[in-house]
Amino acid sequence: MPILWLRFALACYFVGLTYAFFALRRTSDLFSRIALHAASLGMVFHFVSLVELFLSDHVLWTSVHNGESLLAFLSMTFFMVIYSIYKTTSPGVVVFPVVFFLTFVAAIDEQPVLQTSFIQHKGWLIAHIILIFTGYAALVLSFGASLLYLLQERRLKAKKPSSLISFLPALEVIDQIGYRSLLLGFPFMTLGLITGSMVAMSAYGHIDFADPKILLSLLMWVVYMVMVFTRWNSGWRGRRAAVLATFAFVAAIVAWAANYFSTIHRFAA
Amino acid sequence: MRYQLIGVNHKSAPLEVRERLAIPESKLPDCCRDLNAHPGIEEAMIISTCNRVEMITHTTNGSADLRGFLHNHFRLTAEELDSHLYEFREKEAVRHIFRVASSLDSMVVGEAQILGQVKEAYATARAVGAVRGQLDQLFTRAFAVAKRVRTETAVGSSSVSIASVAVELAKKIFGSLQGKTVFIVGAGKMSELAARHLMAHGCTSIFVSNRTYDRAIGLAQKFNGQAIKFDDLYNTCDRADIVITSTGAPHAIFRREHGEQFLTRRKNKPMFFIDIAVPRDVSPEMAKLDGIFAYDIDDLQQAVTSHVADRRKEAELAEAIITSEVERFEAKLHTLDVVPTIVSLQDHLETIRQAEIDRVRTRMGTLTPEQEMAVEALTRGIINKVMHTPITTLKTAAKEAEATTVIDVVRRLFNLREKDKDSGTRDANKSREVEKQQ
Repeated sequence: MPILWLRFALACYFVGLTYAFFALRRTSDLFSRIALHAASLGMVFHFVSLVELFLSDHVLWTSVHNGESLLAFLSMTFFMVIYSIYKTTSPGVVVFPVVFFLTFVAAIDEQPVLQTSFIQHKGWLIAHIILIFTGYAALVLSFGASLLYLLQERRLKAKKPSSLISFLPALEVIDQIGYRSLLLGFPFMTLGLITGSMVAMSAYGHIDFADPKILLSLLMWVVYMVMVFTRWNSGWRGRRAAVLATFAFVAAIVAWAANYFSTIHRFAA
Repeated sequence: MRYQLIGVNHKSAPLEVRERLAIPESKLPDCCRDLNAHPGIEEAMIISTCNRVEMITHTTNGSADLRGFLHNHFRLTAEELDSHLYEFREKEAVRHIFRVASSLDSMVVGEAQILGQVKEAYATARAVGAVRGQLDQLFTRAFAVAKRVRTETAVGSSSVSIASVAVELAKKIFGSLQGKTVFIVGAGKMSELAARHLMAHGCTSIFVSNRTYDRAIGLAQKFNGQAIKFDDLYNTCDRADIVITSTGAPHAIFRREHGEQFLTRRKNKPMFFIDIAVPRDVSPEMAKLDGIFAYDIDDLQQAVTSHVADRRKEAELAEAIITSEVERFEAKLHTLDVVPTIVSLQDHLETIRQAEIDRVRTRMGTLTPEQEMAVEALTRGIINKVMHTPITTLKTAAKEAEATTVIDVVRRLFNLREKDKDSGTRDANKSREVEKQQ
């Protein structure tokens, strides 16, 4: 059943995806309203899907697809929070495609999970997953905001008068969205890594730093920290911030992909 | 309708010519009187703004030597002036006035200032008695048309002055301007205007710096701001979010190294430079820095132009309104043209009737009230029957181009008196009454 709800959600997110494609070319108030409503409806279906999943069997949480589904949902939640504060749907240009992609992959089929060794640490495991994914979602938003910042900065620098009337919010607003997502995501990511290490410690008795998953996760965390620090210390934004954000985003994806190579952090295939 | 108009505007004449024709406000009333006293002119009005100088007249015979007036009054030769002049008559003059008042002929189409300027010119000319019936009608209508254009089209909606474009850009960078700081470098009229606009949109504090410190103090006081010594410019500048610079310096005063300094001190928070100086105050190298947004006068002008393009579409709609209004005005004027003739014809025949009754009454002795009424009814009946055809003909002719010929014929046939010039206003009032009755 959860997958059926997820597919409904996917259909709704598709509207958001088309919005993302058209928004860059021309602004339409009506279209952004439609996209917003469709996305909200999608979130309801998505939420139902996640709740059903949670109630059916906790173990299923640890499948790759369910992780993707959770990440998509959290990213949408961030998007909605930003909308409620800044009244702008423009981060959707980045968030909608990412969410659609994640949901699409998650909605292909159901995946059973067989990683049984962690079952006795279920509570910690769930905390680890939710914390890490919230961190990821914040990173997605921050990455999206840094791209939008670059775009708006280019437009303002190019001095193309027609671009003055654009759908993008003011530069400083985009900057705030990115920075706040970053600040919010960092503690989640940190705590997520700590809980993960604790689960690993109690399961294996030690942490294998040579494991690609752990190594890459640490790398991602370091990049994340550098981003927060440079921003806080010298107010890096624009191109430099975008480069860092892209780097962090790539690191996050690589760390995610490391699941397939890691011996200790492995989902069932 | 014997309107005649001559003038120059930003399209027809360069600034040097417009400058020589510009009439200062203090001299406008005298100039209006002079124009009104010029041979062949019944009524006169002058619009003089930085973008246009126009003489609008109502003439006695449809053609007055307005060029001659300009040559004499401004001591300009025909070679110097004539190629820049445009001249409109009758319907085209009406259209031109409607377009000017509706801001369709402005450099920045849709700007609201022109209507106020036309209204002032109208008030001035009226005060010296140069505007009476005919021009009064024309301008009353022109103001109504301008209002219609403004409400029915979006021609005046987007910001198209340099100052408002600057505000719009600042908002694109900073979002809300609430609490932002403005720095004026080089006290000038234009920077003052831009600063005023920014303050009106929420900017709270202001710094002013000028090579002449006293001028900086003067301007700072106007805005409740703080004057900064020119030597301290680079140490203070990073505290401002928006810098309006317009010094007369021959080289750029803000160079790349300054920009880098500012950004380091501001923790890379963006800065917006409005550079209205020629030559530019902000070097192109500095403008390339991330976080520095510098718009020079050409960039701002370009933004203005593109907004103007948006307005052009609306202007087409406005032109359609103008065309229909010109037709309406013309039709109304023709009707008004015949009204005085009808009134004098009625007066004329009534005088004859009264005189005849008085003459007969002495011969017939006292009449009973019934007899009085019968005589009254009989004579009135005859007059009305006789007048019916000429009046209908006049009214029909009024809607066509031949109105003036028919009016002339009727006046000659019945030997109606020509009205003197001063009765214009009274006539207009009476005409309005007749028009209402119609």
